[in-house]
Amino acid sequence: MKAYKYIGQSVVKVDGKEKVSGAALYTDDLEFGPDLLYAEVVEGPHAHAIINSIDTSEALKVPEVLAVVTGKDFPFNFGLYMKDRFIFAQDRVRFYGEQIAAVVARTPQAAKKGAQLVKVNYTPLPKILNPLDSIKEGAELLHPELKNYEHVPWFFPKADTNIAHHRKIRKGDADKGFEEADYVLEDTYEVPRYSHCAIEFHAAVAKYDHSGRLTVWASSQSPHTQRNLFAQALAPLGIRHNDVRVIAPHVGGGFGSKAGVTMEIIAAAIAMKVQGHPVKVMWNREREFYNTYQRLGVVAKLKIGVKKDGKITALKHDLFWDAGAYVEYAANVVNAVGLSAIGPYNVENASIDSYCIYTNLPPGGPYRGFGYSEFLFGLESHMNRIAAHLGIDPIEIRRRNIIKEGDLTAYGAHMNPNGLLQAIDKVAEEIKWNEKLKSNDPDIALGKGFSLFWKAPAMPPNASSSCFLKFNEDASINLLVSGMDLGQGFLTVMAQIAAEILSVPTSKIRTENPDTDRNPYEWQTVASHITWGCGNAVRKAAIDARDQIFSLVSRTKYLPVDTLYLEDEKVKCTTHPKFALALKDFIINGIQMEDGTFKGGPVIGRGVFMPEYSSTNANPETSQGGHPNVHYTVGAAAAILEIDIQTGKMKVQKVVEAVDAGKALNPSLVKGQIVGGILQGISTVLYEEMKFDHRGKLLNPNFTDYKIPTALDIPGEIVPIIVEVPQPDGPFGARGVGEHTMIPIAPMIANAIDDALGVRIKTMPITAEKVCLEILKKGK
Amino acid sequence: MKKISFKLNGETRFLHVEPNETLLDVLRDRMGVKSPKCGCDNGDCGACTVMLDGKTVRSCLIFAIEVDGHEISTLENISKNGLSPLQKAFLEKNVFQCGYCAPGMILSATELITNNPHPSEHEIKEALAGNLCRCTGYTPVIEAILELTKKD
Repeated sequence: MKAYKYIGQSVVKVDGKEKVSGAALYTDDLEFGPDLLYAEVVEGPHAHAIINSIDTSEALKVPEVLAVVTGKDFPFNFGLYMKDRFIFAQDRVRFYGEQIAAVVARTPQAAKKGAQLVKVNYTPLPKILNPLDSIKEGAELLHPELKNYEHVPWFFPKADTNIAHHRKIRKGDADKGFEEADYVLEDTYEVPRYSHCAIEFHAAVAKYDHSGRLTVWASSQSPHTQRNLFAQALAPLGIRHNDVRVIAPHVGGGFGSKAGVTMEIIAAAIAMKVQGHPVKVMWNREREFYNTYQRLGVVAKLKIGVKKDGKITALKHDLFWDAGAYVEYAANVVNAVGLSAIGPYNVENASIDSYCIYTNLPPGGPYRGFGYSEFLFGLESHMNRIAAHLGIDPIEIRRRNIIKEGDLTAYGAHMNPNGLLQAIDKVAEEIKWNEKLKSNDPDIALGKGFSLFWKAPAMPPNASSSCFLKFNEDASINLLVSGMDLGQGFLTVMAQIAAEILSVPTSKIRTENPDTDRNPYEWQTVASHITWGCGNAVRKAAIDARDQIFSLVSRTKYLPVDTLYLEDEKVKCTTHPKFALALKDFIINGIQMEDGTFKGGPVIGRGVFMPEYSSTNANPETSQGGHPNVHYTVGAAAAILEIDIQTGKMKVQKVVEAVDAGKALNPSLVKGQIVGGILQGISTVLYEEMKFDHRGKLLNPNFTDYKIPTALDIPGEIVPIIVEVPQPDGPFGARGVGEHTMIPIAPMIANAIDDALGVRIKTMPITAEKVCLEILKKGK
Repeated sequence: MKKISFKLNGETRFLHVEPNETLLDVLRDRMGVKSPKCGCDNGDCGACTVMLDGKTVRSCLIFAIEVDGHEISTLENISKNGLSPLQKAFLEKNVFQCGYCAPGMILSATELITNNPHPSEHEIKEALAGNLCRCTGYTPVIEAILELTKKD
């Protein structure tokens, strides 16, 4: 294998010093001067109601209040994949806490006071808080206009129902597969909603200046997509794409919550009504919980048939998603799961129905894992139960069924090269799978759990990335990209890719979060596609710059291009060992010829990447025929869990997780994703739970009542393992790993509980209380 | 409004504050000190951690009026003389991800190793338990502190 100088090295993060010194500025840290206005949002206290009237007269009398805006000011719908959403509620509210209006004032206090004085008259409507109720015959229609909403061509809304999208897979003949089975297991698994809990709140500041320029500073995963959606939604007010500029400072955690557009559009819209002033909209911790995207809940009905040897003959997976009040983004979670809920298995006969269902709960949306955590909970639980029934080892049954390179996915495309088998072997070895656990304490039960995972980026087939690479006089580089560094280290690996190709050290490459006016297009930083997608754009830009360098040196020094190479910031030549031309001596000012003229000029590289083989054109009844997913990243995880059988309290002693990164461009950053993802996964299965009351109001929107782990709650030991089976179209073979690391954790824990106690828990979260009740039930 | 004075990162500062202004808001909005962050406004997350007379406190739970005559120090104070060995250890090991919890986490860890130069793993976990982080899983932070403070 070729030896790399920067690729595969645990290079220090390019934004590391900013972050450990306290210098890193996040959106709310920016200063906007004494003319800054503050907006306070008015929320609806009903999960479903008609808005009869809004009286803003008292609010406008509050000193220092400049304006009050309502839905009437912005009757424009928006949405990423389906335009079912409005900036402020129009004729009705559809979830408890939905924004109705906003009061804009000189101080936050005046804005709050004004917000309390906005009077809204409602007529409550029947509300639906459960997806199964929502699809019952005669259920109240939450979006009577559904059939008129614009949406991407791969969605199939059902008019005059609450089903916003139905992704259907039909592969082979499932009925026949079940007939051939020696054993069929059918059961239902339930996963509730979760909150991202990024520590930084959503924040957005917008200014519509007197020249007609709309600038938005936002804590964002999607600067260009936000620009696109702002321009689309505000087009009736005369806004065009090049009028909108989105500037993205550091982001204090995203996990999906800051993808697409949520509250940022409120700032953008309000700014249009107070031209000339910057306006700040800040969420607080409570709103982070109830008025940003939430992870969708799901009721998953799963049926798998197997032969005696464990080979799967058929799979049927019906998933009923609680997608919430607006599904402009959530419907694509449902779609992604429909395509992949077969799991990392080679199944000839499969039937999958994934339903995106409106409810009167907050909008569902992207969350690290994009639906895969949810369906894997059932699927990987099911695999263990089938193995137990057949008397086959849980890892062995998986080995017999895993998908291999070239096998057909659920939608009929070929599986990419992958290291799933290696991941299984490495995890099994590290967790000592074949050694039986023995507890010396009669009050402590021990169990081992195992789970596989796979995930594909869920993105439109034409999602693209681009890069400008600019040299400076000293041969340092400004690398302009528009992915977001959410902490995963994206900017650092982009610098490593350019460094490797151009022989310029990463310490001389400056790459920062984007400004859509300066940096070229990127779709969004989601889907764990950015290392792969934007990495390809950077690779191409670096190669473009290198080609320019070689061409210039060739025509001025009369050396053949194919003899030139870059090393230590110099151009060298394979046939003239003494030749070395430092980049800094010509990279901006060119090369001087004997006659005194200069050739060349500033070297600027350009790179664009789009996966041109991807397509969503398929038969809607079967999903066969397209190539909707570019590739899958796979892996395996296992844990040792101890359970106090008196209290049900659980402690994870050890977790091992192997992920096939294709090529770990920066191993310390890949390991950071594994370790962080494991704890986020453990948190969703052991600690977190959103509790809504009968009104659809979230009861625990704070860190006192909605628990996420502290340093005292971490596993005793974590062993991150990197597998590297190159992705053929990845930069240096890399593919994404960011989301994947958390998705096997819930079934892994459920399987460990079953191993320890012989009880199977089919609903998340798996709290100590639930385990304890199961122990008591079993004792009777 | 009451006039108060306190030492902020080594410099005596004077200002008028309302009795209900939190130290966090005053530091961020009126003194331009941005490393303390707001992550909950409720004392749960520790992102707003600062040092009050050398001890870590949650600046969202303290009124500015209370620090009259006292000494406040933030991460800016540590960073102004170059990175501390602890900051360097965190930097070199790529410990932090989004970095939003880092100022608070670094102050809690600094307080720990100032008072206890060779803490046990459990002592480190206890010292960090008031600083929530959603990205790192804490393990890299703990490992970096352990390695920095281990006895030779």
